[in-house]
Amino acid sequence: MRSRGRLLASYAVLLAALAGAFAAELLSGSAGIPVREAVLCLVGRGSETTEMARQVVLEVRLPRALTGACVGALLALSGVLLQGFLRNPLAEPYLLGISSGAGLAVTVALVAGVPAFIYGFYSNLLFAFLGALAALVAVYLLAKFRGRLMVTTLILAGVVVSAVLSALIMLLASYSTSRFFEIFSWLMGHLQPVSGGAVVWVVAWTFAGFLASWAQSRDLNALMLGEDEAVSLGVRVEPFKRTMFLLSSLMTGAAVSVSGLIGFVGLVAPHAARLLVGSDHRRLIPASALAGAALLMVADAAARVLVAPAELPVGVVTALVGGPFFLFLLLRHARELSRRPR
Amino acid sequence: MPLSCSGLSAGYGGEEVLHGIALALKPGSLYGMLGPNGSGKTTLLKTLARLHRPDSGSVRVGARNLFKDLGEREVARLIAYVPQEENLAFPLTVREVVGLGRTPWLGRFGWPGQRDTRAVDSALKEMDLENIGNAPFDAISGGERKRTIIARALAQEARILLLDEPTAHLDVAHALALWSLLGRLARRGRTVAVASHEMWHLARFCGRLFLIDKGRLALSGPPARVLGNSACGRAFGVKISLVRRGRTITPIINQ
Repeated sequence: MRSRGRLLASYAVLLAALAGAFAAELLSGSAGIPVREAVLCLVGRGSETTEMARQVVLEVRLPRALTGACVGALLALSGVLLQGFLRNPLAEPYLLGISSGAGLAVTVALVAGVPAFIYGFYSNLLFAFLGALAALVAVYLLAKFRGRLMVTTLILAGVVVSAVLSALIMLLASYSTSRFFEIFSWLMGHLQPVSGGAVVWVVAWTFAGFLASWAQSRDLNALMLGEDEAVSLGVRVEPFKRTMFLLSSLMTGAAVSVSGLIGFVGLVAPHAARLLVGSDHRRLIPASALAGAALLMVADAAARVLVAPAELPVGVVTALVGGPFFLFLLLRHARELSRRPR
Repeated sequence: MPLSCSGLSAGYGGEEVLHGIALALKPGSLYGMLGPNGSGKTTLLKTLARLHRPDSGSVRVGARNLFKDLGEREVARLIAYVPQEENLAFPLTVREVVGLGRTPWLGRFGWPGQRDTRAVDSALKEMDLENIGNAPFDAISGGERKRTIIARALAQEARILLLDEPTAHLDVAHALALWSLLGRLARRGRTVAVASHEMWHLARFCGRLFLIDKGRLALSGPPARVLGNSACGRAFGVKISLVRRGRTITPIINQ
């Protein structure tokens, strides 16, 4: 157990990062809104600013910031769960091909012309969830060798599945020339302007996902020592794993349906959170969600600033930062393996 | 709380490893299980801990059937299992690892109450780990690591402890300390069984030994009777002679 003071300080750091990232999202962009005007809009005194400033800040940047925070949190939560129940520090929805699975399912729906809202329900969510779940199950079964799950085999299986699924997405997109560009830009990971209705769904989904994940803390902790140990500590491992499959697919699916394939947030955020609050999931899960939210908003702000007035897909920014981080973790893992006797 | 089994057969995918084992463990005594590599000691311990389902036969805790009358969490409150190797997926402190022992007593979100904190405190104290509670589990010595895992089992407040080669990889001093500690835990009323290859420790610390050979219970009884029986040496392919000095017996092993 870490000291209470240090824990509070860690959460203060995370909350400050979240606030900073939120501010960066609201203040950066090509429209050039002065800080003072943006703040006025936010505190409900928009009438003192120009109509344009009000529209940009409240109707474009605010929903985009909220979406970014939610998608970042969902990806980070999904990453924490995957790392925990697969006992694999390298696990992450994008690298494991789960995002691609969700992406393929949504592409199929787009190409087939399924409406985005069916009776008010954001239909992409369902497709993305089913696609994510199918990909996760496939990767899990592929990587499982004689009942054992090797850290690197799992990642390799994920990368291969991801490559095949991405090729299928491209194939489908090419058939649908009219929507090729739309599909392609979504695929690169894009916090595109989402309609107000969808933002509400995403925020609700994120809070539900967070609570459901947090409620798994006890069992995730027990699993840190291994499956036999978890069983001997009273965890019903098989039902627990099924819950993990469902939860991580639901959260990855939600993130992908909104913003396409964004990689490495689910890897970087949990590891950053672990450095701050330790590996105990009771503290790690909320910390990861905060870190993921802050991280994706910062990445998105950077995506808008780096090549202004044009805009990068946010997935490009996260991959540029996250890729080297993945290599660092991989090398550390290899070093630990070589040090272990046997 | 006594733990017993009868007619216990178990295996992996059609290959039977244990054939009709019957034994009984009672509180207050330290039990030793010995047998050559691959004789089925680990499978036996895992089956007794409900980690492995037997093909036939039954295991009883008190009067209740381990596999039919009890759920996972109930079993976890009665039986603690300490495996051969500990492989932590993510870094935890010593105190956090010991705290995992409270798992069967915690709610969904895993927040500990006063009773949980007290149990962890007293387990750390009993295993003499208070000073390194905040050290990372990966950074402490092998002996400290074993004591941490046993402290986790103590924090679990289970009356039955099953340990698989707890002193493997430990130097003589640490191994000796651990064995006398296990003896103490048994004398204080817990039911403790240890699988081990260390005949001299088994002879000195255990009240009763079980020799498992090719999946069968070949011999059982006080250490002198089991180790002194020629069948024991034959099972390992060695000659065992016993040296008695006062009340201690020491096995001498020759090719």
